Amino acid sequence: MIEIRTQDGRVSPGVADPTPAIEVHELVRRFDQFTAVDRLSFSVQPGEVFGFLGPNGAGKSTTIKMLCTLLRPTEGNARVNGYDVMQQPARVRESIGIIFQDYSLDDRITAEENLRFHCMIYHVPANERKARIKDVLEMVNLADRAGERVRQFSGGMKRRLEIARGLLHHPAVLFLDEPTVGLDPQTRQNIWEHLHALRKREGITIFMTTHYMDEAENCDRIGIMDHARLIALDTPAALKEGIGGDVVRLRAEDNAALADLLRQEYDLAPTEEQGRLRFEVEQGDTFVPELLRRFPVAVQSVDISRPTLNDVFLQLTGRAIREEEASNSDRLRTALRRRGGRGA
Amino acid sequence: MAEILTTSAPVRQSRFTLRRVLDLEAISMLCQRDLIRFLRERTQLYGALARTVVWLFILGVGLRGSVQVPHGLSYLAFVFPGMMAMAIIFSSLQSAISIIFDREFGFLKEILVAPIPRTSIVLGKALAGATISALQGTIVFIFAPFVGVWPSPWVILISIGVMLLIGLGLTSLGILIAARMRSFEGFGTINNFIILPIYFISGAQFPLTHAPGWLQVIASLNPLTYGVDLLRGLVDGFWTYNAALDLAVIIGFAVLMMSAATWMFSKQE
Repeated sequence: MIEIRTQDGRVSPGVADPTPAIEVHELVRRFDQFTAVDRLSFSVQPGEVFGFLGPNGAGKSTTIKMLCTLLRPTEGNARVNGYDVMQQPARVRESIGIIFQDYSLDDRITAEENLRFHCMIYHVPANERKARIKDVLEMVNLADRAGERVRQFSGGMKRRLEIARGLLHHPAVLFLDEPTVGLDPQTRQNIWEHLHALRKREGITIFMTTHYMDEAENCDRIGIMDHARLIALDTPAALKEGIGGDVVRLRAEDNAALADLLRQEYDLAPTEEQGRLRFEVEQGDTFVPELLRRFPVAVQSVDISRPTLNDVFLQLTGRAIREEEASNSDRLRTALRRRGGRGA
Repeated sequence: MAEILTTSAPVRQSRFTLRRVLDLEAISMLCQRDLIRFLRERTQLYGALARTVVWLFILGVGLRGSVQVPHGLSYLAFVFPGMMAMAIIFSSLQSAISIIFDREFGFLKEILVAPIPRTSIVLGKALAGATISALQGTIVFIFAPFVGVWPSPWVILISIGVMLLIGLGLTSLGILIAARMRSFEGFGTINNFIILPIYFISGAQFPLTHAPGWLQVIASLNPLTYGVDLLRGLVDGFWTYNAALDLAVIIGFAVLMMSAATWMFSKQE
């Protein structure tokens, strides 16, 4: 049961089932033969921070583009803020803000002009514009560069400006597509503080994609996407509990022999990961001494950890998420999509 | 379970309904942006000057003896309004290119995802393009004394209005083409199959009265023919058609192109 509260903390009666901020039903997008998003269904409640976790090419950005009315779904339907993305695109656009994954600034004009123009097209109240522009520029540490043309900025500065721009207006639903890739920890921290404050004050819903695990921890719920499909959806804590216990990583002199041993004696399914054997047991801290007492194998290193979201991903897909940086075929696909214009 | 905060009603209704049809602030933004860019990057402006000099004083002088023009007009005075038309057509082409640039470099997404009615996007781009067209066309008047044309301030003022109208139509045509174009590769084709024919079959460079019948038919279907005729009538006092017909055609063309461009922009990919 979800508890609904109004801003002043009262539990409001009669709105136990509010209009979901995002509601997706059997959503499909194909590019010729290639299925980028396959029968996706989920919903996001107002005020929730919802994250999509998954490797590049999993279909996260394509989903966002459909939700933002930039791309037409092949099948299925989606509603944002109660509006159908196909039937009421204009209402959807009035409800959303987005920080794109790829570049979307005008670099021939100044940083301040980029921000001012954004205020104009989103009708930020005229008397608030100056303060908001100053505010977001300070958030990303660019206040002293406002008057410079964006083309003179470094890649990181451009990215920061882009995020600042996306936070100028306060939409019902804010989409963040890989928002903080390549940013320094300090800036990421600033941005997240700003986001949480915005969410508290304005009650905005945040829908984000990421492949940073620590960033995903900011989410109330996480959907894990792989190969165009949603393969898991829950709170970060529940997802990690699903692993059942601790993750143990062992490096032995003879990994293969140890792996056989673990399989035969303990019925475990160890996998090889960067020269180490990785497996899950309920109590790692008691398991390892017990193992070594019974079978004196030469172990070079031991690492016992609580499961992370990366472990969740590993268990669900058999691969670590970080290894999935755009593979060649992904890159080719992206390039083809750009040239063919299907991804724009 | 996650605590969920709801503040104001989750569905936020926009209070302004006019904005859903005609978003003046967004139109103003689109115009400001293009004008800032045009005025800051002087290359386009210098290009317009250089082009006029080359076409008027090299091509114009070279062709002076070989082209038969209506009596009482010098060839340079005859092509003078043609130069204005050319400035407009090149500027419109530039608008179209800027849209493809914006798509390539991502800024178009910022515009397309914003709550701007598609009519207003097209209107904003077209108004910006038309203004820049008229600016470049007006520059041509600097050369008036050199070709022996002496337009009155009124003629200049009305011409600017006419150039705005022609620019509105041609820029919208550019937007229409750019709305579906993904790369620069196709642009040469557009140039050869649309821009050059529109220009050369408009009576801008040579009078159509001596052209073969089929060319005259094509010219009469070319909206720029009427734009050139109107400008020539204003500047040189020479008309093939008449002001009312000319004006009706260029206004009709502008409305048609803007509607088509809006329709193209409304379709999701």
